[in-house]
Amino acid sequence: MMGTLSERILGASAGEYVDRAVDRAYVHDGTGVLTLEAWKSMGAKRIQDATHLHVLFDHIVPANNSTTATLQHELREFACSSFLHFSDIGGGICHQIMSEGVVLPGEVVAGADSHACTPGAFGAFATGVGATDMAAIWMTGETWFRVPESIGIHLSGAFTGAAEAKDLALTYVSRLGMDGATYRALEFIGEGTAALPMDDRLTLCNLAVETGAKAGMFYADDFTVQYLAQAGQTVQPQKPEPCRYIQSLDFDLQDIVPVIAVPPRVDRIKPVYDLAGLPLDQVFVGTCTNGRYADLARFARIVKGRKVAIRTIVVPASRAVLQEAIRTGVLADIVEAGCSIGTPGCGPCLGAHMGVLGEGEVCLSTANRNFKNRMGVGGEIYLSSVATAAASALEGEISVPGVS
Amino acid sequence: MQGKGRAVCVGADIDTDLVIAGRYLRTKDHSIWVAHVFEDLDLSLAGRMNGAVIVAGKNFGCGSSREQAAIAIREAGVVAVVAPSFARIFFRNAINVGLPLIECDITCRDGTAISFDLAEGWVEAGGMKSATRPLSPKMQEILAAGGLVNYWRSHG
Repeated sequence: MMGTLSERILGASAGEYVDRAVDRAYVHDGTGVLTLEAWKSMGAKRIQDATHLHVLFDHIVPANNSTTATLQHELREFACSSFLHFSDIGGGICHQIMSEGVVLPGEVVAGADSHACTPGAFGAFATGVGATDMAAIWMTGETWFRVPESIGIHLSGAFTGAAEAKDLALTYVSRLGMDGATYRALEFIGEGTAALPMDDRLTLCNLAVETGAKAGMFYADDFTVQYLAQAGQTVQPQKPEPCRYIQSLDFDLQDIVPVIAVPPRVDRIKPVYDLAGLPLDQVFVGTCTNGRYADLARFARIVKGRKVAIRTIVVPASRAVLQEAIRTGVLADIVEAGCSIGTPGCGPCLGAHMGVLGEGEVCLSTANRNFKNRMGVGGEIYLSSVATAAASALEGEISVPGVS
Repeated sequence: MQGKGRAVCVGADIDTDLVIAGRYLRTKDHSIWVAHVFEDLDLSLAGRMNGAVIVAGKNFGCGSSREQAAIAIREAGVVAVVAPSFARIFFRNAINVGLPLIECDITCRDGTAISFDLAEGWVEAGGMKSATRPLSPKMQEILAAGGLVNYWRSHG
């Protein structure tokens, strides 16, 4: 079938409504509780097919109080007794684990979390849904979709200097605006995609929802095939076909410069240079945006042999990321530089536990949201790349990253 | 589906963190969400939700997929939310929990009487009638059932 990747995977043209079997569906400890409630309320007696359902604890791990612990206990018991794939505390962020050889090209993926657009990096149609939609997926194995129109984001060239995928991500969010892609999908295309490693593609797809997009996708290519082969999966690349984009954007990667998203909007960016010298209270490196091994390695290269000037929290995205960082010595470099290491998971991103900001405090974070009060009442969040976060942690103020 | 209420105006790009903050999510007690709805946007809003029609700017409900946002608004007694556009996950969540959403760009004045008819596709604010974008047939069915839980109770 011709068409955009969304049209080919969903098997219908943009604008049409389809009921579609879901190949992979996942919830975390936050949305899973409501999903289980809704599923019980629907009168469901059994899970339609547990083999494609995942429950992954990442939001408040380990539990911060007895209320959270009790909610997690109930969900854990259900997941295990109903034979859903279960990842307990310390396993890592749901989107990351689904990206470590679980989600495959061409699949339809639903996650009960807005950043479920992340594994679209593998050429899957992956999108976020709410808890009640997920409960219906548990019960029936399918859900309805409106096939989205797609925006083509054409990439050329290669990054230069200290710019990285996160800078491009914030730049395209700024170009489209917080609702510039509402009800649409983003497709990253062009010769500039070929050299982007999977970690970069995941970062780019992760931010898609910050433009309102339903999905962010790369076509599976030789890189994708190799990456998944290392995870034990044999897949075929996807070839782009002629298709109609409702809008097209072009980015030459060599024009991308380090930028920061200024609170409280992800689409309000400034060059790091314009904000240099702004005093910080905390730096946070991690999340489904920038907590992967390449991110930790980049951070370690910059802070190695030096000391951070302010409190700096580093949270690996998954146990596999943590293990790789231990194996290569990256973790030792980060700890010796004076950083705190958190349990693999979402860390302080959502302001519910560890690393909450105090009134008037300022955090530079590699996460994807800088909404008002998100990390703590009265705290402010600036969003940046890993290199900018590392340079700034060493100085205790926003600092322009050097060329590494 | 028809309804009416008093307009409560909020701005554009209202994210779900502003509807219900992350620090209140870890509970199944809906009354906590109702008590703290819109707390980080405007402390006075929670007390004005019963019988209200929220009139928002574009992209209402962006950000986190937390369904507690739609539940908090519905259980606070809000009749419907009117906005030129909604973030898509919130859109599905609201319909799934039986909260009517009306896609329409109208001028908001706090306290104005608002009425609507989703089947006929109009909303009237301060005597001005505007056409609304219709919900898909599936969404109309879900909303008519009172939400997706009730829909599957009768179809499952």
